[in-house]
Amino acid sequence: MVEEKIKVPFDVEQIRRQFPTLSQQVYGKDLIYLDNGATSQKPQVVIDAIAKYYSEDNSNIHRGVHHLSQVATEQYENARSTIQRYINAPLLEEVLFTAGTTAGINMIAFSFGETLKEGDEIIISAMEHHSNIVPWQMLCERKKCILKIIPINQKGELKMDVFESFLSEKTKLVSVTHISNTLGTINPIKEIIDQSHQVGAKVIIDGAQSIQHMKIDVQELDCDFFIFSGHKVFGPTGVGIVYGKKEILDTLPPYQGGGDMIAKVTFEKTTYNVLPHKFEAGTPNISGGICLGTAFEFLAEQDLNAIAKHEHHLAKFAEEEILKIEGARIIGTAQNKTSVVSFVIDGLHPFDIGTLLDKQGIAVRTGHHCTQPLMDFFEIPGTIRASFAFYNTMEEVEIFIKALKRSVGMLR
Amino acid sequence: MTLEEKQIEIVEEFEVYDDWMDKYEYIIELGKELPIISEENKTEDKLIEGCQSRVWLHSEVKDGKMQFSADSDAIITKGIIGLLIRVMNNESPETIATANLHFIADIGLQEHLSPTRANGLASMVQRLKMSALKAI
Repeated sequence: MVEEKIKVPFDVEQIRRQFPTLSQQVYGKDLIYLDNGATSQKPQVVIDAIAKYYSEDNSNIHRGVHHLSQVATEQYENARSTIQRYINAPLLEEVLFTAGTTAGINMIAFSFGETLKEGDEIIISAMEHHSNIVPWQMLCERKKCILKIIPINQKGELKMDVFESFLSEKTKLVSVTHISNTLGTINPIKEIIDQSHQVGAKVIIDGAQSIQHMKIDVQELDCDFFIFSGHKVFGPTGVGIVYGKKEILDTLPPYQGGGDMIAKVTFEKTTYNVLPHKFEAGTPNISGGICLGTAFEFLAEQDLNAIAKHEHHLAKFAEEEILKIEGARIIGTAQNKTSVVSFVIDGLHPFDIGTLLDKQGIAVRTGHHCTQPLMDFFEIPGTIRASFAFYNTMEEVEIFIKALKRSVGMLR
Repeated sequence: MTLEEKQIEIVEEFEVYDDWMDKYEYIIELGKELPIISEENKTEDKLIEGCQSRVWLHSEVKDGKMQFSADSDAIITKGIIGLLIRVMNNESPETIATANLHFIADIGLQEHLSPTRANGLASMVQRLKMSALKAI
């Protein structure tokens, strides 16, 4: 079992050395990468695995009788099983490779959507990423279903009483984010899952922002689907995972048709392959899948509790220091929060601050973070978001704060 | 002064700054100084929605020369707009439609004109040229 491996004691310098992108200069300044919510940097083991795959093992998987195809297939399927163990999925075929969170949500929105009828209700929340809003709007338009939005309070927490009032036998699906990419709020997903199940609704958890920060156990959560991207969890871009319960996946129609997803094709009738292949049409991102497995092996060796403490410490210090700046406001002050610090400074545009931070070597994200409805709720054009990962240091936060103060001084 | 001469003049102004922050300090000052659009021209149809910052652009032809005024909610964007307008104002539509605006790249600000920057500037330059084309 991967989980039983001996954890490496947490040492931020030792971790940083494994991420080559971090040790570079931009505009003559040491790069300080605080855009981890958008994507994570990659450890050397993942970079090496990508090079190794294309140098030694490149071949199309499944069905190949030759040696290389078998090597690549074995590695691809091993990666699936590494990820299965990491998220504690009961069955290997419940772990589906996809292109990322967006692709995964669209896949379920389509396939599950096919089972819905007019008047059925789908619940999402006000803090969803556009990728967990638009596919449902498209589905509701197609199937004449009703989309309900769980509102939030000023701290950026879900109004759970309103959520409860939404639930009825009409509720077929609840799709919520585990952690808000903009606010950092950690949602009470266990409660959401349990309450949704009581009315027979299925639950999708958007895990894009949580998988890299906390241990995910899909059996303990009892979610019906858990979806995430590889690139936010130290793996390559263009690959992601949909975990889905077999009993549900078996009842859904396939999403895309093509090679690999079929059992037998004739012009009269085509039958579909079994899971997971039913949902994996065409040649997949083979190197992406294999190297995502490598990223999970890397992650399994880390001490997630120590990492959570470290990241919390960085974010808390950053928040305290930001609040010392006149006119600064933190957007997202939930009780239960991860290492995302979104903020605005009265009278100053996030774009200006982001541009000046960039020129001082600091990578943050500015704008609406693909959550425009959230920006409307807080009545702001956007925020400046610093999102921390385990390879960030206190010293980096100090430099960031100093650069931020300089930027604010220039703009006022 | 020709459009080309105005571009060269701006490039020379920026040559004194070897530090990025000094360059931006100057752009911010330009942004702060310029009340470059009248409120009645800040209407929806003049708005160029960027993903991050927004730009308003108003153009008219006076005595065969183009007159522009513009604004942005972000001050750096506004400063760069100020530079663009300085170069383009009082030029004939033909000159503007065919102008090669190299000064932006020369002073190292080309990233602001890339469509991925999403600050409305790239669309603004397009619209500047379109309005000149329409006036020809």
